[in-house]
Parts: sequence; structure tokens; C-alpha cells
Amino acid sequence: MFNYILRRLAYALPILLGVNFITFALFFMVITPDDMARLHLGDKHITQEQTKQWKHERGYDRPLFINSAHQDIEVIKDTIFYQKSVRLFFLDFGTSDADRRDINYDISQRVWPSIAIAVPTFVVGLLVNITMAMLLVFFRGTQLDTMAVVMTVILMSISSLFYIIAGQFLMSKLWHLTPISGYELGFDAWRFLILPVVIGVISGMGAGTRWYRSIFFEEINRDYVRTARAKGVPELKVLFRHVLRNAMVPILTGVVVVIPALFMGSLIMETFFAIPGLGSYTIEAIQSYDFAIVRSMVFLGSVLYIIGLVLTDISYTWVDPRVRLS
Amino acid sequence: MEFFDIKLVILWTDGLLFLLTLLALFAIIYIYRNPYLRCTWREVFRSKIGISAFVVLMAYITTGLLDSFHFRMALETTANQTEKHYSGEVTSLLDIILGSLYQHQEKTYSAPFSAFQFTKENTEQPDGTFQRQYPRLEYGGSHLNEELSDKFADITHRTIVSIFWALAIWGSIAVFLTFMMARKNRDRLESELKPRFGKKLGLLVSSMAHTWRKIWTGSTDIPWNIALITTGILILSISWFAQMAEGYHIFGTDKVGNDVFYLAIKSIRTGLIVGTVTTLIMLPLAIILGIMAGYFRGWIDDVIQYLYTTLNSIPGVLLIAAAMLVLNVWIDNHPEQFPTAVERADIRLMSLCIILGLTSWIGLCRLLRGETLKLRELGYVQAAQVFGVSHVQIIKRHFLPNLMHIVLITVVLDFSFLVLAEAVLSYLGIGVDPTTASWGNMINAARLEMAREPVVWWSLIAAFVFMFGLVLAANLFSDAVRRAFDPRGIS
Repeated sequence: MFNYILRRLAYALPILLGVNFITFALFFMVITPDDMARLHLGDKHITQEQTKQWKHERGYDRPLFINSAHQDIEVIKDTIFYQKSVRLFFLDFGTSDADRRDINYDISQRVWPSIAIAVPTFVVGLLVNITMAMLLVFFRGTQLDTMAVVMTVILMSISSLFYIIAGQFLMSKLWHLTPISGYELGFDAWRFLILPVVIGVISGMGAGTRWYRSIFFEEINRDYVRTARAKGVPELKVLFRHVLRNAMVPILTGVVVVIPALFMGSLIMETFFAIPGLGSYTIEAIQSYDFAIVRSMVFLGSVLYIIGLVLTDISYTWVDPRVRLS
Repeated sequence: MEFFDIKLVILWTDGLLFLLTLLALFAIIYIYRNPYLRCTWREVFRSKIGISAFVVLMAYITTGLLDSFHFRMALETTANQTEKHYSGEVTSLLDIILGSLYQHQEKTYSAPFSAFQFTKENTEQPDGTFQRQYPRLEYGGSHLNEELSDKFADITHRTIVSIFWALAIWGSIAVFLTFMMARKNRDRLESELKPRFGKKLGLLVSSMAHTWRKIWTGSTDIPWNIALITTGILILSISWFAQMAEGYHIFGTDKVGNDVFYLAIKSIRTGLIVGTVTTLIMLPLAIILGIMAGYFRGWIDDVIQYLYTTLNSIPGVLLIAAAMLVLNVWIDNHPEQFPTAVERADIRLMSLCIILGLTSWIGLCRLLRGETLKLRELGYVQAAQVFGVSHVQIIKRHFLPNLMHIVLITVVLDFSFLVLAEAVLSYLGIGVDPTTASWGNMINAARLEMAREPVVWWSLIAAFVFMFGLVLAANLFSDAVRRAFDPRGIS
């Protein structure tokens, strides 16, 4: 197991290098530091000195790959590529372009609201979807099943933006049940979290239920299910004991990958509900052309995705003893 | 090119959309000639949901295509001018069909079917004093009298006229369909009905009546009755909208006074382009790389797998955001290449499609690779290899036809996803240009409107209705396609 994880991490290295290269190419070769300076200083009447100073303050005035002004190891180290890209591997994100805040500190502050909204949405959504799908399989072939499948298609066809806007309008503006948006640190946050979580669960329900239903349907005609029924196992027990356990592998394939990514928060939810998490952090960075933050978040996202892949493999061994990692 | 005093303008996305239409036509001809494919497609249309979803999709596609014929109208030439000048404004065929709708601009918000502006304004009274009141709109309901007492009668009148129009159009479509079907089954019908109706005309009428009964009771192979009902509902709503749009703002007006109904219709093209042009960009990548990885294996497989794992590990929205950001900066830095605002908006739409295409080929590529790995172990492929058939020939003959159903299902499934994604991305500010009519932009504006007091709800509802119609139809159609092409539900 330990060896396996080590090897997977070794595989991850070239992938992260690739990600690093893509972001580097996007942010430094297509858009040069000069473009960045001009964007940030905004004004049309900026002098050469101003851009120079801006670049110097943020360390963008180095050469891209090789600094011939130095000797020995500094040739490579004192370059944009090393300072801005290689340091990402040590999760050292540096400072933001706009106001030169420490990105690592911002992330450590903003990750908690993100988790507070993403984790409950994820867990409740998972439970609701699986239960709904199980019920549909239980009532398969009946009118109820047909109606529910039509319902899922309708739910799927509505943009998540509508759920949010309609939810905010009904729950907060019309019925005054929850605050429209905002966030509070500490335990009082739950009042602000209820609405986004409920909306998140509802907007994911259509696609999720359909997906799990199709997984369960594939299992329901297997021999072991027939045997269980023949033995006289009650239908509900067949579903929750036998089918659910066997469907675990495809379920985990889709589910475990996203768990680490929950840290990144939800871009849309957080901006709509003004929750100071990593999602809104990213959006603010995108809207203010803060490439340093976007670069960091892209890299962080890939790291979390790769962790998710490894976790997926490990989780298979928990639910299916036949799977051995070697 | 110039005729009818217009100058054709072909934008990038127009060109690609036409190319796509052409490809679709070729595909239809190919399918029609191939008995096996024809049989499977018949299965798609045999489902009631499938055929009605198809009719709705066709309505959307027609609107989108009409909106893609762009041109610039000639300006009126004065006597001492010999050279012709063209308007700087790019118009589309759809604008012409919609008539005056796009010129019906008010000052600001107005509610659906309202004759008054939504906000108060200082207006001068006949006696010279100023008073704050809701002014009458310039176009919406301007034909009504002072007290609006004839509003109800006017709407009723328009509704009745629209029903007549719809009945006439729908009736002729139904008669045409019946005639075509009766002609198709002429021999059988004649032998059945000849003993009773000897005369030529009587035979035609009776065989059409016979066919119509079959269609209406749903005993035809393809449920034509469902198709006709869907068409009927569509025609009725279109003619109702057409009648109403002449005198009113059906969905009100937005902040700067644009007709919301017009905006919602113009957004169809944007949604369609994002849904289809993206596919056009992603398909070659996915098919070529997927088949190559599965067929050649070895280092080629490794490279391709590395490529898509790397791309996949970047969170999708962030990759799109980063790429759009960079492209926007690039477009802003090269204004000389895009002289008009329309062209700039178009290139943004185009780049959105390219970026979405570059990020969305991975899923299909993976599926194709897996299926190719399975196929290449089959006897007939190995036989072909032993006989020395070239790789290209093997892929063309044995792989492509056997992978097409996966491609088709993915394309149809992706379509609705992409239309929804466009709205989200436009909302986040990384989608289409703010000047492009799109449902995402409408929703984005609606966010502030919903916070107003009293609420401005019509933009949101209009965007919702039109978007929901397209996505629901696409989802239902993709279900029908999947059931026909992949009954066991592999993909």
C-alpha cells in the first residue's frame, strides 16, 4: 500500500509539471508581464518607469528561463520560471499581483467558509441522490418511476443559476426565512449556509438521481440479486444490502475524486451568496486580472485532483476485497 | 458580393455553423442510403418523446440559422453620390423577419404587455406644469386609446387572428403530410379502396381520408400525430407571439429599453453556436486521439493518456477562465484585427467555443480509447491486419462505423450541457461578450433586477422559458437517441 502511494505520487510529478507548463505558457508567454502591468496600472498614460517599477515590485522583471547575468545556480533560480512556477511545487504561492497580499495566508483564511458550504452540500446531496435512486429502483416499472424519471429530466434542464435566483427570491425576499447572502465566522454561520446548501442539493438532484439509478439498474439484473430474491430476502434488504454494496465501485469512481476538490469551494454558489471562500476568491481574481492568484488556484486544483485519484484507488480496497493495490 | 442592395457579412461563427449544417446534410444522405443506420434512426423517431423533441429542436435550429445570415443594408444614396454606402450595422435575416421589433426601443424598463413605463418621469403637462407620472411607451401599446379601455378587446382580437393563422398554416402542413403519405402507399390503398370508389378524384379523397385516420389514431409506424400536435402547438405560439409583438412588448423591456422577447430570440443563436461549434472543434481531437491511443497502444497511448490526464487535472472552470482571460487580453491588445464591435463579439464567442472544445474532448476520447482497445482484439480486425490492410483502411472500415454510436450519444448529451455552461460562464464574466445577446447575460442582468423594488422579473422568466425549452428538448432527444443506439446502456 505504502509503495503504491509512493509510486502514484511519482506518477503525479510529470502531470503537475505539465499543468505548470500550461499555466506558465498561458500567463507569461501569451500575456507578457508588460501586458499585466498595463492592465493593472489601467491608465493609458503610464510611463516606462511605472511599468518597470510595477514589474520589479512583483518580481516580473526577471528573464523567462535563463538569467545570464548570474553565475552558478542563480542562472536558473533568478528567473520568472523558477520564482513563479517551480515554487508552486512547494505550495509556496507568493503574493498577489493586485495588492501584494500573501496568497498562502489568504487561502488558509478562506478555505474554511468554502469547506463549510461545500462539505454539507456534498454529503446531503449524496445521501438524497442515492436514496432517491434506490426508491426509483424499488418502484421500477410503475407509474411513479416513469413520472420521477420525467421529473429528473426536467430538473436537469434547468440552469443552476435559476435555482439560485429563484431560491434567494422565494426563501429570503418573499418569505424572510434566511438571509439573502453574507457570512459570519464561527458557529452562527449556519443561518447563512442553509439556503446555499439546500439550493446546491436541489440543483444537483436531477442529474445525480438519474446517474445512480442507471448504476443500480445495471446491478439489479445480476445473478446474485436473483439468488437473493430466490432465498426470500425482502426487496428492501436486497437493494440496500446487496445492490448498494456491489454498486459501490462505480459510485466511488465518481464520488471520491471530487472530495479533495471540495476545498476549492464552488465558484457560483460563493459569488451569489457572498461567502468569502476560495471560490469567490478565484472569481474576484479573474475579474481583477490577478494572474498570480489564478495561477495558484489552477495549481492547487490539480494537486487536489491528483490526490482525489489516489484516494479513489485506495477506497476501492475498502469496499471490494478483490481489489489489491500493487 | 452584392444583390438586393445588401452586402453579405460572414462572421467566423456563421461560417462554422454553415459548415456544420452542410456536414449534417451529408450525414443525413449517408444515413438515408445505409439501411442499417436508417433502421436505427427510425427507432429514434418511433419514440413519441423523441419525435416531439426533434420538432422543437428543429424550430430552434431554424431560428438560429436564420439569425446567422448576416448582412449590411445599403444606405439611401443621394443624388450627387454615385458610390453605394452600406450601413455600419450588421443585420440578420431573422431581424428582417422579426420586422420592426428590434427598432422598438423604449427608454427603460417596462412590464410585459404594459403601455406605461415602469418608472416615473417628469413630464410636461399641457398647461406647462411638470408632474411626476408613468409616461406612455413609445411603441408598446401605443395604438391603444388614452384610458386603455380597448386593451382587452385588442388582445382578444389579436389572439383570434393568430389562431386563424395558426390553423391555416397547420392545416396545410397536415394536408401536405397526408397527401405525401397517401402517395407513398398509393398501390396498397388503391387496391383496397378501388372497389368502393371508382372515380379518380373520389379515390384520392378517400385514400387521404383513410391515411388521415391512420395518422390521427396513431397507428402509423412513426407517431406522426405526436409530431403534428407538437408542430401545431409551436405554430400557434409563434403566430400568437408574432401578432402580439407588433403592438406590445410581450416580455417587457430591459434596462436600456430593448425588447426582452427580441433578446431572448437572438440568444438562441448564441446557445446553438456554443452547443454545436464546440462539438465541431472537439470531435476531430477526440476521435483521432482516442482511436490512435487504443489502436497503436505503446508510447502513443502513453503520450495521449498523459496529455488528457494533465488537462483533466486542471479544474475545468479555472482552465476555461484562465484561457478566456488570456484571450480577452490578447483581443484587447490587437484591436486592429477586429474593426467592428460585432466582429469583436464574434471572436469572443468563437474563442469561447474553442476553449470549451479544448477542455471537453477528454471524456469522449477516453470512451473511444476503451472501446478501440476492445475492438482491436476482435477476429475480423486481426484478420484484416494479417492480410496487410493499411492502418488507415482498418480504422476507416472497422473502427469508425463501430464507434459512431458512442460519438453520436456523447455529442447529443454534451449539447445541453454546453448550453447550460454558456449561461454560467457568461454569468461569471468569462463567457460571451457583454454585447452579445445570450441567456447568460440576461440572467446576469436579472440578478440585480430581482433585487429591485418592485421586482423586475420578466427578463429572468423570458431567459428561463427559452433556455428551458431548448435544453429540455435536447435532453429528451438525447434520451431517445441513446435508447435507440445503445439499448443496453453501455455508454
